[in-house]
Amino acid sequence: MSAKTLYDKLWDSHLVKQRDDGSALLYIDRHLLHEVTSPQAFEGLRLAGRQPWRIDANLATPDHNVPTDNRAAGVAGIEDQVSKLQVTTLDDNCRDFGILEFKMTDRRQGIVHVVGPEQGATLPGMTIVCGDSHTATHGAFGALAHGIGTSEVEHVLATQCLVAKKMKNMLVKVEGELGFGVTAKDIVLAVIGKIGTAGGNGHAIEFAGSAIRSLSMEGRMTVCNMAIEAGARVGLVACDEKTIAYVKDRPYAPKGEDWDKAVAAWQDLVSDADARFDTVVELDAAQIKPQVSWGTSPEMVAAVDANVPDPQQQADAVKRSGYQRALQYMGLEANQPITSIALDRVFIGSCTNSRIEDLRAAAAVAKGRKVASTIKQAMVVPGSGLVKEQAEREGLDLIFKAAGFEWRDPGCSMCLAMNPDRLQPGEHCASTSNRNFEGRQGNGGRTHLVSPAMAAAAAIAGHFVDVREMLAEEATA
Amino acid sequence: MKAFTKHTGLVAPLDRANVDTDQIIPKQFLKSIKRTGFGPNLFDEWRYLDEGYPGQDNSNRPLNPDFVLNQPRYQGASVLLARENFGCGSSREHAPWALDEYGFRAVLAPSFADIFFNNSFKNGLLPIVLVEEDIDELFKQAEAQEGYQLTVDLQAQTVTRPDGKSYGFEIDEFRKHCLLNGLDDIGLTLQDADAVRAFEEKHRQAQPWLFDAIK
Repeated sequence: MSAKTLYDKLWDSHLVKQRDDGSALLYIDRHLLHEVTSPQAFEGLRLAGRQPWRIDANLATPDHNVPTDNRAAGVAGIEDQVSKLQVTTLDDNCRDFGILEFKMTDRRQGIVHVVGPEQGATLPGMTIVCGDSHTATHGAFGALAHGIGTSEVEHVLATQCLVAKKMKNMLVKVEGELGFGVTAKDIVLAVIGKIGTAGGNGHAIEFAGSAIRSLSMEGRMTVCNMAIEAGARVGLVACDEKTIAYVKDRPYAPKGEDWDKAVAAWQDLVSDADARFDTVVELDAAQIKPQVSWGTSPEMVAAVDANVPDPQQQADAVKRSGYQRALQYMGLEANQPITSIALDRVFIGSCTNSRIEDLRAAAAVAKGRKVASTIKQAMVVPGSGLVKEQAEREGLDLIFKAAGFEWRDPGCSMCLAMNPDRLQPGEHCASTSNRNFEGRQGNGGRTHLVSPAMAAAAAIAGHFVDVREMLAEEATA
Repeated sequence: MKAFTKHTGLVAPLDRANVDTDQIIPKQFLKSIKRTGFGPNLFDEWRYLDEGYPGQDNSNRPLNPDFVLNQPRYQGASVLLARENFGCGSSREHAPWALDEYGFRAVLAPSFADIFFNNSFKNGLLPIVLVEEDIDELFKQAEAQEGYQLTVDLQAQTVTRPDGKSYGFEIDEFRKHCLLNGLDDIGLTLQDADAVRAFEEKHRQAQPWLFDAIK
């Protein structure tokens, strides 16, 4: 038998049927739902008189629309009536179809991509889909996970399958040791900067190499989460001891004899040594510096000690006009130092960076310091109710509050401005989220993507600074 | 689903790379629980000078005169000409819904983001990949000639210019079949329900922990 990549193995083990026309039916183990991309799918089921194929494959939670303060009132506390209707509709649909939902007042509620792994609803070897492009996150567990559209949400509900076509295999290999103050977020931003936002189109990306293996599960989730920002629907990391240790004893993880069988089966969730990849990209971890995005696409990214690029230096005409438009939108000058970019707001949260390790990294910077007086708002939004509880047990909330950060309730928050948290036109935001598209965080808002440590450092300084220098001062003080 | 066979229509050139789904249909409009009503808010932030919100009357909003779709010569366009990586970003199917409702039947670009590409087929919107040089040439022609139209023939897999020159394009057999006949995927998959059940039973035997954990 020929050598297989991890993606090949996951594909093969879920292939229901290969059709003559080149399409395939792929079996889906886990389907995560939230309020934004599911209402039309449930409506479709109702209109066709269909029932979900397998209720226990589904798990739902509202995240995009939920406000991140005054949560005690639950849905009734959502002031925006359109948002409220969307959340109520999810509640109603889950009730009517018997799907388990962590509602707004449930302590397990949170961003769907934080909740799945936290509950053990995400397991190695699974196929996992959700009507959200950041479903790639779950690939950190050696699971085949990707975003789908609403028609496919309905299709998965009705058939437990997806009509799929096999993607190509890409290997992104990051070898070596990350420098002090450099994180998973910087790795993935550097990868996107290198291969571009379309670099992974049509591919499943497996992230490998010693720097990836050294990451915690939280870090691996951050990396896989942004595979879609490199154009790849799927990000993957091979299963290892860390994966298994993370999953063990989670509420929906296998127990007893099943656990032992599962762990044995998961040993195979790695690419074979001689597996062939269609594309291989290599990065040296030691060369990666803290990253800051300066433009309106995640590929428009630079090291913190670099300058904003000059569009005139771009040979390609389409790229040159794209750079010019981005600088105009962002209100930046060619060649200005990244560290000269002043911020108005700071957002620490999102499915990319709202897990406990992210909050610890930000708190380590915030501890004993104060948010600059020029910053209008610096907010920390935990990814789930359980992350929030854990952070509070560790006293991280007190550190943030003492430094002048707002400590919020879980949700997607300012990552996409579907809820009250948003930027005003022209405001610059240091954000730990995943997309710096025009208007993403609010009409006219200017997003700079960074790691949690870099966001916290920017909040303290009022502009971007190299977090390595800020932390080094502390070490020598 | 609406079938797509052959279509001739006015071409609108959108000369930007990496047009993302947040531009195609901004986040605030995703709060709708319906499949319709997105057309007036297609490219909302580029199209209007003010900030749009769901449910408003769009007819009195100030238009951005510089945006291509607002120019008189492109009114009634049904073929969108775009640059590389069109539709990147989120999985929102609201993007093809908005394009479709606005009146677009086909989008031509050198490349598309995977999820957008996939979502388009489910909605009778045909995304066509042509090589960069051909797209470049079409941009030049569409900008130079007012009323420039293209004919897209799905059966023949061709895009034909007014001067008769044709470009061939690739499409998966399955997608072509569904689009030509306006077929619903779910109905087709359910024809294989026995195969799904058989697979599921084997899967359950081998990995029982994948089942019944969530109740």
